[in-house]
Amino acid sequence: MDVLDVAWRLLAVLLAFLVLPLVVGQAEHKVMAHMQGRVGPMYAGGFHGWAQLVADGVKFAQKEDVVPADADRRVFQLAPAVALIPYLLVLIAIPVGPNGMVGQVIDAGIFFVLAVMGVGVLGSLMGGWASANKFSLLGGLRTAAQLMAYELPLLLAAASVAMAAGTLSLPGILEAFEWWWVPWQIIGALVFFTAGLAELQRPPFDAPIADSEIIFGAYTEYTGLRFALFLLAEYAGIVILCALTTVLFLGGWHGPFAADLGWLWTLLKTSVLAFVVIWLRVSYPRLREDQLQKLAWTVLVPLALFQIALTGVVKVVIQ
Amino acid sequence: MSATVSLAAASGTPGFLSPTGVEILFLLVGLLTLGAAITAVTTRQLVHAALWLVVALGGIAVEYLLLSAEFIAWVQVLIYVGAVVVLLLFGLMLTRAPIGRSPDADSGNRPVALAVAVTAAAVLVTVVVDAFRTTWIDLEGGAPQGTTDVTGRILFQHWVLPFEALSVLLLAALVGAIVLSRRGNGRNGTDGDAGAAGTGHGTGAADGGER
Repeated sequence: MDVLDVAWRLLAVLLAFLVLPLVVGQAEHKVMAHMQGRVGPMYAGGFHGWAQLVADGVKFAQKEDVVPADADRRVFQLAPAVALIPYLLVLIAIPVGPNGMVGQVIDAGIFFVLAVMGVGVLGSLMGGWASANKFSLLGGLRTAAQLMAYELPLLLAAASVAMAAGTLSLPGILEAFEWWWVPWQIIGALVFFTAGLAELQRPPFDAPIADSEIIFGAYTEYTGLRFALFLLAEYAGIVILCALTTVLFLGGWHGPFAADLGWLWTLLKTSVLAFVVIWLRVSYPRLREDQLQKLAWTVLVPLALFQIALTGVVKVVIQ
Repeated sequence: MSATVSLAAASGTPGFLSPTGVEILFLLVGLLTLGAAITAVTTRQLVHAALWLVVALGGIAVEYLLLSAEFIAWVQVLIYVGAVVVLLLFGLMLTRAPIGRSPDADSGNRPVALAVAVTAAAVLVTVVVDAFRTTWIDLEGGAPQGTTDVTGRILFQHWVLPFEALSVLLLAALVGAIVLSRRGNGRNGTDGDAGAAGTGHGTGAADGGER
């Protein structure tokens, strides 16, 4: 019985992992198109091109899997898996609804989530180095620099929520959540979301894969399915980041009729945030590498530290 | 080394001849960690060494998990795999990271390093075996030893003084790093700070490839 329960949960997580990134990808196609005065894919699948990503997947699967002659074969081939699998693991720990609607309750949930997310970046680094391509190497370097700069504000902002809730467990944080946490933690929320965007290398923080400067960064030499896996990792990353922001800062399943419709609230808040991610991509120009570093160290880190101080003061006062 | 430790731990349990699944897993992960660690220091390919280090550090995190020290395990992943190795790879890629073997990267200190490593391992194994000779810690029992709650309580009640001392040490290191890097800037002639920079003896250290 217990094994069956675990199996069902894992299956549900796997299903969400396979479906949600594709939904975000399709949303990106359509939302971007409409924001730019186009209609986007219209033919695949019939109704407004809903099957476009499925068609893309088939196309990627048919392509030849090329490994450059000078590349470090094993590392090159392993890199997409290293980039993708951490996101699958993280999804297990994210609570969707009340009363144990979570893949697995993890005691130090925040640490687990942030630690495993950080591992995913190793995939980009491995790919960038093993490709034997200068553009790839530059992309890898930029990825590493960006990760080191933005990991700190990400952690500090998350630590602020953990302080407020008095626990590191994600379901525990949601249990302790009150509505006034949203204005109280709003600075932390903005820092967390921004730093998360940077860690995912989404525009406007996409200097590591800047196509007009370094082709496609660490993924330049990848083709076919392995390239598709890197793309999938990006979209899975969006889902994870938005879900995490929802859980940590926006109250997750809290809302009217939370007992029955909690999971719907989580999904709704996550999709609104995912829309914002796409919106930012369409509306902001790419930050230069030095601007990127400056933003992290001189704006986000002080803001995050201020949020922690604020959280500490309020916490002491209300006790 | 951790394999030997785990052997020692296993020998202290009541059921050494009939180990449980967790114990067998612990041993296997220990062997894997040991293998990855040895490969990391013997491989001739620089970046591969860093990647094997990831495997070794991850293996240790799994060992922590198996010992129910969840918090320590995730911190291990966060700090070592997520930050230290990324920094290491960054440094390698920034300076010299050829694909394939780099025989010139070897140092003549191999025997000395081996001696130091074996000595450290011997001391650690002796201490651990001696300290926990036949102690049997029930991990399945009522009070989990390694949850965040327990770790936090112990850290901030019994060990708060060492904790504060360590934090001061880290702060001093941080300030030192900033001082060194700023000195490097002045020496490169970016501003009128050259007088202060000229007095520095440790400017070579600032060229460590951080920039």
